[in-house]
Amino acid sequence: MAAALLHGVGSTTPLSSVNYNNSRRSLPGYVVHERKRASFLIQCYGSLLPGSKIGINRAAKLSTNAVTTKQDNVTASTTSKPGHELLLFEALREGLEEEMERDPRVCVMGEDVGHYGGSYKVTKGLADKYGDLRVLDTPIAENSFTGMGIGAAMTGLRPIVEGMNMGFLLLAFNQISNNCGMLHYTSGGQFEIPIVIRGPGGVGRQLGAEHSQRLESYFQSIPGIQMVACSTPYNAKGLMKAAIRSDNPVILFEHVLLYNLKERVPDEEYVLNLEEAEMVRMGEHVTILTYSRMRYHVMQAAKTLVNKGYDPEVIDIRSLKPFDLHTIGNSVKKTHRVVIVEECMRTGGIGASLTASINEHFHDYLDAPIVCLSSQDVPTPYAGTLEDWTVVQPAQIVATVEQLCQ
Amino acid sequence: MALTRRYLHLLRPVFSARLLTTASTSPISIETSLPFTGHNIDPPSRSVQTSPHELLSFFRDMALMRRMEIAADSLYKAKLIRGFCHLYDGQEAVAIGMEAAITRKDCIITAYRDHCLFLGRGGTLLEAFAELMGRKDGCSKGKGGSMHFYKKESGFYGGHGIVGAQIPLGCGLAFAQKYSKDDNVTFMMYGDGAANQGQLFEALNMAALWDLPAILVCENNHYGMGTAEWRAAKSPSYFKRGDYVPGLKVDGMDALAVKQACKFAKEHALKNGPIILEMDTYRYHGHSMSDPGSTYRTRDEISGIRQERDPVERIRKLILAHDLATEKEMKDTEKEIRKEVDEAIAKAKEIPSPDPAELFTNVYVKGLGVEAFGADRKELRAVLP
Repeated sequence: MAAALLHGVGSTTPLSSVNYNNSRRSLPGYVVHERKRASFLIQCYGSLLPGSKIGINRAAKLSTNAVTTKQDNVTASTTSKPGHELLLFEALREGLEEEMERDPRVCVMGEDVGHYGGSYKVTKGLADKYGDLRVLDTPIAENSFTGMGIGAAMTGLRPIVEGMNMGFLLLAFNQISNNCGMLHYTSGGQFEIPIVIRGPGGVGRQLGAEHSQRLESYFQSIPGIQMVACSTPYNAKGLMKAAIRSDNPVILFEHVLLYNLKERVPDEEYVLNLEEAEMVRMGEHVTILTYSRMRYHVMQAAKTLVNKGYDPEVIDIRSLKPFDLHTIGNSVKKTHRVVIVEECMRTGGIGASLTASINEHFHDYLDAPIVCLSSQDVPTPYAGTLEDWTVVQPAQIVATVEQLCQ
Repeated sequence: MALTRRYLHLLRPVFSARLLTTASTSPISIETSLPFTGHNIDPPSRSVQTSPHELLSFFRDMALMRRMEIAADSLYKAKLIRGFCHLYDGQEAVAIGMEAAITRKDCIITAYRDHCLFLGRGGTLLEAFAELMGRKDGCSKGKGGSMHFYKKESGFYGGHGIVGAQIPLGCGLAFAQKYSKDDNVTFMMYGDGAANQGQLFEALNMAALWDLPAILVCENNHYGMGTAEWRAAKSPSYFKRGDYVPGLKVDGMDALAVKQACKFAKEHALKNGPIILEMDTYRYHGHSMSDPGSTYRTRDEISGIRQERDPVERIRKLILAHDLATEKEMKDTEKEIRKEVDEAIAKAKEIPSPDPAELFTNVYVKGLGVEAFGADRKELRAVLP
């Protein structure tokens, strides 16, 4: 399965029309709309589009916005597509805006999301466009406004709750764990909670211990939620849209340091698959699994490794719950060596679960024990040098791969 | 009134159903037992409009709820109901009075003492008992239990185990009602124990800030689990706790007072935003079936309240005073109710436990999370741990 590199410009045309045809073979639960969808790309390697529940008027936006030269350009795979350049926070905003336009039930709530425009400018301009009720400035009461979002979701609204910093959502842990995750189950399926909880987390630039939290490890055991982490403008927009359209509660992890990344994203509308991992670089010698900011450290290390003659395969796992064991498994079967590079803490982190999971399912294919590089089990210090040593650096990744590949 | 009585005598053996259908809907005006006390608001009048039909249905429904809770008590002692079981007997007037004042489009959300509210919202005895016993035809398919009764179609949002966590959820329900502009209100119920939770005040602030159609109902049964209210709260006037939000103190053992207050509150919430209702009520059982209920209060107190303020007795006396039915007819109604409850229990006992496969259903909306399919969702690739 040659999953193509869909990173950036120009590679999308032929693959997307192939995908489109594949998906048209009516997979269970997937609703296909014929001509209206002509320029709607499903950039998901032929996978199923989650949560395509209709009931909203989708006809409008697509045809006016989309580049209609799509179908004509089937052969022109080398000519670069127009696309447009976006910073990551702008990509998030674009995804959010498109979804709000498409479905009147989508609303945003959080601190400073309205008039201020969002502390990371993700919701800038939306309050002017959609009004104060739909883009709601809440008081500083994380527990209650997260609970409020969940209650609103129980009735059918699709709220997006923004935590100004993911760490603040620890105050809402009860609501997220007991109500958000479990209500669908304890009500016997009566209530769906189509909520998206998002916000920046991760170790930033000397922000201090309390503002450098990585919550993915705390939330990963909660049954009933899905967790995804975005890392590029392209997947940020796609995952944002997929998360909003999903009928499950989704926690979207962004990273404070990645908001100003620039990339060219397609002009057409696209939605990514929430449960799928992204193949960043194909290789033969070792599988490096990573997500969020560590992807960039890994790619930097990969450059060095290539110079030294190694051929690492880099996968951005994107979906933190559930893991895309299909992509990961295929990679392990090919390379037989795994390195996990993550930013959360060693104890009880995503890497720990992933290690256990891979060992359980693909033990026979491994030639060496899985190596997991995570942040140190310490509160993030303020001093710059110490903070650098808390997270995994490219040099450590290079050393690990060298040792593993011998 | 005399006419009605004579008319009833002409009928063959009166079953309670027939009693209800023949009862008139002509209005009667009755005074509540106590006046309302208001905080930052003018309380409504003490005289309540009701009808014979309504009074008889109050009696029937409250007796049914009482009977159900007593039956649940015996089932728990027989180990058919496990875990936690919080009983509502003594507090039925709150559920009944509230239902009389609102529609099924209004939302109710409450904590774990939810059996009777579920019944009031149209839940059946069978669903309730099946859920309590963990059978597959329970209202939550047996997966929720006593603390997780829900009925989405009737606007009953449960059923929550963590004290106070339902209040922000209720705020969300009210927010959604305001968002869709549909002129309905949300009743968020909590107890005197939960009244000391921070999330209550956070939710109150937000509801007042955005004028949400939210009515916060504090069911003050004077004991937060095993601690009396005066030992837990500096200010036990829960209706005044809202400060900038108006409040009303209501005698929660008088179904008519509750009905009046809820009607008043609904009108207020639709126009002016949130309001707090404090229902002064009492529970005869302990906090839950694991609590005998007598270590922190005296038996005299419990029997005293039962004699003087019992909600079912109050309605019975009203019915007799207004000659709407005879003693015998009401006793027959109670016998019928007992039979109905026993039948429901017998039927519920027959229902099997949920299928083992049900362990994994409803975790996610589309059933993912247990099995990871291939990219085209056609083959099973791995079973997630």
